[in-house]
Amino acid sequence: MGKIVRKTNSSTGGPVFVDVDVEANGGKGKIVRMYPMDLVDEDPVSWEIEARGKTYSAPRKTTYNCFTAGFKAMLSSKRRVLYPLKRIGFDVNGERNIEKRGTWEGGDPLYPGYERISWEEATDIVANEICRIKREYGPAAIVAESSSHHMWGNVGYRHSPLFRFMNCVGITYGDHNPDSWEGWHWGAVHSWGFTGGLGNPEQWDLFEDHMKHTELIVFWSSDPETNGGIYSAYESHIRRRWLKEMGIQMIFIDPYFNHTAEIFADKWFSPKIGTDTALGAALCYVWITEDTYDHEFVEKCVFGFEEFKAYILGKGEDGVAKTAEWAEAETGIPAHDIRALAREWAKKKTTFALGGLGGWGGACRGPTGMEWSRMMIAVAAMQGLGEPGSGIWSTQQGMPTDYGFYFPGYAEGGISGDCDNSAAGAELVYRMFGGTGSRPVPSNVNVPSSQFIPRFGIPECFIDGKLKWTGKGFIGASIEQQFFRYQYPARGYPRIQMFYKYGGPMIGTMGATNRYVKMYRSKLMPMAVFNAIWFEGETRFGDIILPACTNFERWDISEFGNCGGYIPGSFSQTNNRVITMQQKCVEPEGESKSDYEIFRLLCRKLGVEGPYSEGKDDIDWVKQYFHATDLPKIITWERFLEKGYVIVPPNPDRPKTPAFRWFREGREQDSPQPSQFRPGDTVGRKGLQTQSGKIELLSQSLLRFDAALVEEGLEPDETRPPLTQYIKPWTGWHYEDTEKYPLAVLTPHPRFSFHTMGDGKDAFMNDIKDHRVRVGGFDYWIIRINTDDAEARGIRDGDLVKAYNDRGEVILAAQITERVPAGTCHSYESSAEYFPIGEPGNSPDRGGCVNILSSGKWIGKHTSGMATEHFCVEVEKWDGGNES
Amino acid sequence: MTAKKYLVIDLAYCHDCNNCFIACKDEHCLNGDRWLPYTDEQPRHGHRWMNIEKKERGQYPRISVTSLPKPCQHCADPKCKEAASGAVTVRGDGIVLLDSEKAKGRRDLVDSCPFGAIWYNEEKGVAQKCTFCAHILDGKADWGVSVALLPRCAHSCPTSSIAYYEMDAEAFGQLKAAEGLERYRPEESPDGQVWYKNLAKWTRHFIAGGLLKGGECAEGVTVALTGAGLPAQETNFFGDFCFDGLAPGTYTVVADGKDVTTVELEKSVNLGSIAI
Repeated sequence: MGKIVRKTNSSTGGPVFVDVDVEANGGKGKIVRMYPMDLVDEDPVSWEIEARGKTYSAPRKTTYNCFTAGFKAMLSSKRRVLYPLKRIGFDVNGERNIEKRGTWEGGDPLYPGYERISWEEATDIVANEICRIKREYGPAAIVAESSSHHMWGNVGYRHSPLFRFMNCVGITYGDHNPDSWEGWHWGAVHSWGFTGGLGNPEQWDLFEDHMKHTELIVFWSSDPETNGGIYSAYESHIRRRWLKEMGIQMIFIDPYFNHTAEIFADKWFSPKIGTDTALGAALCYVWITEDTYDHEFVEKCVFGFEEFKAYILGKGEDGVAKTAEWAEAETGIPAHDIRALAREWAKKKTTFALGGLGGWGGACRGPTGMEWSRMMIAVAAMQGLGEPGSGIWSTQQGMPTDYGFYFPGYAEGGISGDCDNSAAGAELVYRMFGGTGSRPVPSNVNVPSSQFIPRFGIPECFIDGKLKWTGKGFIGASIEQQFFRYQYPARGYPRIQMFYKYGGPMIGTMGATNRYVKMYRSKLMPMAVFNAIWFEGETRFGDIILPACTNFERWDISEFGNCGGYIPGSFSQTNNRVITMQQKCVEPEGESKSDYEIFRLLCRKLGVEGPYSEGKDDIDWVKQYFHATDLPKIITWERFLEKGYVIVPPNPDRPKTPAFRWFREGREQDSPQPSQFRPGDTVGRKGLQTQSGKIELLSQSLLRFDAALVEEGLEPDETRPPLTQYIKPWTGWHYEDTEKYPLAVLTPHPRFSFHTMGDGKDAFMNDIKDHRVRVGGFDYWIIRINTDDAEARGIRDGDLVKAYNDRGEVILAAQITERVPAGTCHSYESSAEYFPIGEPGNSPDRGGCVNILSSGKWIGKHTSGMATEHFCVEVEKWDGGNES
Repeated sequence: MTAKKYLVIDLAYCHDCNNCFIACKDEHCLNGDRWLPYTDEQPRHGHRWMNIEKKERGQYPRISVTSLPKPCQHCADPKCKEAASGAVTVRGDGIVLLDSEKAKGRRDLVDSCPFGAIWYNEEKGVAQKCTFCAHILDGKADWGVSVALLPRCAHSCPTSSIAYYEMDAEAFGQLKAAEGLERYRPEESPDGQVWYKNLAKWTRHFIAGGLLKGGECAEGVTVALTGAGLPAQETNFFGDFCFDGLAPGTYTVVADGKDVTTVELEKSVNLGSIAI
């Protein structure tokens, strides 16, 4: 046992101190423990606010999630990829045996189906193949896909080294769809713009405002105790405690009795899955008929209200009044409760805690997520935005920290400087690169006018060899950009010959994911290369696996909760702005390397190491990054390197700019939302990005889009009509196959892992009772089933069950509960494991990838978003557990 | 008087985040024999030195869910000690420790604990349990934490549901009275170092419902529960009432002075909507 040194690092679940035995493992070091940070006297004094006669101030300690608390076990897991691997039967120069991907027989006992090779051989194979493909097929015939959230750090994570590598080599991007935004991106932007947040509204300075004034909180599709906004652990818990202790009542609308409701709910409503929009329409009906809405706001700030009002009152095309009784029949929520909620909402200053961020929310990821998001805006607009203590605030962002201090998030491109595929162009690229000594690497492929592939459609590209779609996922320069059409291959481009996978699995996180399994066994994918930390579900389909290390094994820099990019002000989720020097805590396990170094090795063999690395190691880039931020104003590089973190001092003198107040008051936008830096978005810097500058319940961008479709001889888009309205969801309640598959399953983002990070991998989290259940030595994923539904099927708590529909079958452990009503089930998405019990892609999965059962359809006819938040199944007892 | 060490676990805001469970594993797993003689390392999987139990009360949609983090209760008069023939020590500060040598091969100790808090480590052949992080509290753990030392479960808790105290028994007695602290299953062990706040969420039951008048939620109706000894309530804007903390028994719901229904309460019940 050697000397313990305290280091610092950070993660998707918060920053941590890391105690390291620096002498262990022959000097490579060993992590003893990691834990949240207690601030010390030397750190700046925290902010204080006054509210209702009391003073509140920031806690002097950070919070973290269990998947960070338990990271140590994933570092030294038996599932780590310790050296480069080649699939047995794969000969790059001969027979590739593509159909044998996923057979996992023979070879290395640690990695069945694979044999160990050297870094030299592995990188030779990959680099030579890249050169051959480019010469024989043409440019961009390699696609790289990077599922999100598996690591943390602004220099070493996704947008940074991967994009710099892709752009140095000329690789097509397997572009992300905004899987937590879908309804906001494809729907809400047509109501109010906010394209800089992909449709999510601004949340600046709302904490203090609501602490002072709110009288009622309605959480809708919102579970901050589970999701923590994003990346901000349990920072917001204390705010809800404070509000609760003031006596503020809290109402929850969520099909599942979620974990925030568990400790805060005064009332819980569980709409039948997919019908939340109908509930919203009924609230509007009550407010219109009882004349209890905010006339001033509606008159000044809303466009299309008369048409919307006619629709709600049953004077529109459908002729159906959206009464509470109508909504009761749709949602299952009693009409008297709907009226009581509407009346109290209108009477009080009500905080609309909408979704995870004031935006987002599981309902936006459902099949009618676009309409839900737009109806939620209508609900908010009818009660007015921008008044003290009312409007949209999810209790998550808008803390009174210093908004003027510049430190970007990882989505701002890091060392890539890629302004097309990251938010580097907002500011960082100008501060980071002189342009002569150090240069960004722009893409020659992945620009909106060239080739990219949406990751949700990657299977079709490799199985069918072609795909057409409308819209790009992370694209926020304008509302209309998302109307553009694309195809694979893009005109004049060759078909893709190599799939390069970086990050976490797609089988657990996308939709109808047997598609992905089949893609890996398709002849149209001649080669699959993985940068992988773990030998988990999807890794085991690669031909060449390059072992990557975690961010605890390399240098990096980051801020707590700050991803930046399309979440402007994400740093304002945390109680203190904590910027961390992610110190290299231990040497990489086995022969693994940082992604930066893996790409550097390949670039060397491809003759582009110079532009890729500029001769720098990761720590050199971290230093360059440090100097591109405002950090030098408050700490020296040497001190930062040694201390490992710094707290940004709050700036009590800065002007407070509560979200939407400027809008309500008809002033120029004064909040630091990025749209204010793009004056062309508006008319004379007044109002929103919409054509009218107002909240458009009748969307003029969608009217124009429908007109364009009609001009082309096509039908108007019935999946996204210009008028905000309720559309019956195409899966779930009203689903045509309800007789065959009577149970609707809600699949929110997971609680004890960050997407797949933290699950599987022989991690501690597998022991969490509410995460996986051990049966016969195997850890099964959980499905939560109502008491009556379970009884009707003879299912007892802890039984193994098979959930199935036409898309596939998944073996799960049943948890019997009253947290869902009869007809509704609940199972988080994002299993990291995939263990088919027969032919991959055509047999039940024991790993728990419930997304095998979700839909592969786009969220709207003319979009490229996914709609996987719920799906329908039948569930039956499974007795195969003993046989295996 | 010797200062004693206490954990107070509040069930009001614990929502099963599992930070305590995982922080415990972070401290005790994969660290070899670093914390001997306090304890050998915990196996990677299987043990629950901090065992979080969960209970649902009521029926959809009026339900309550309670999580109960349950470490070794560090009993003043531990049952395991009777069985252990010298392998169990109750320290002056109240912490109960299993001797890492003498507990070797003592699989029988697992059954001696009425709380199921002792675990057998198959790899190391030794009985193990929560040590109250005594190695940390004794200053032997080389922890880089910059505040007062406390058990890892308490330090990791984001909802302040696990609080650590070091105080003499008299001062703790005052805290106990002021906060209404209880022992978990006192019939098994009336005294020790682990105490619970708001334990009624776990041990007691509720009667809840919603009143309707003329088809609308009846706000502001005075509702009493005879036989409960609880103050009357006014229904909220949903017409809802909820009487919690009840023992099984017979209760009558009285609204605006009129009997509404009588309940033979065995476990928590949602009476649903009641027209008055």
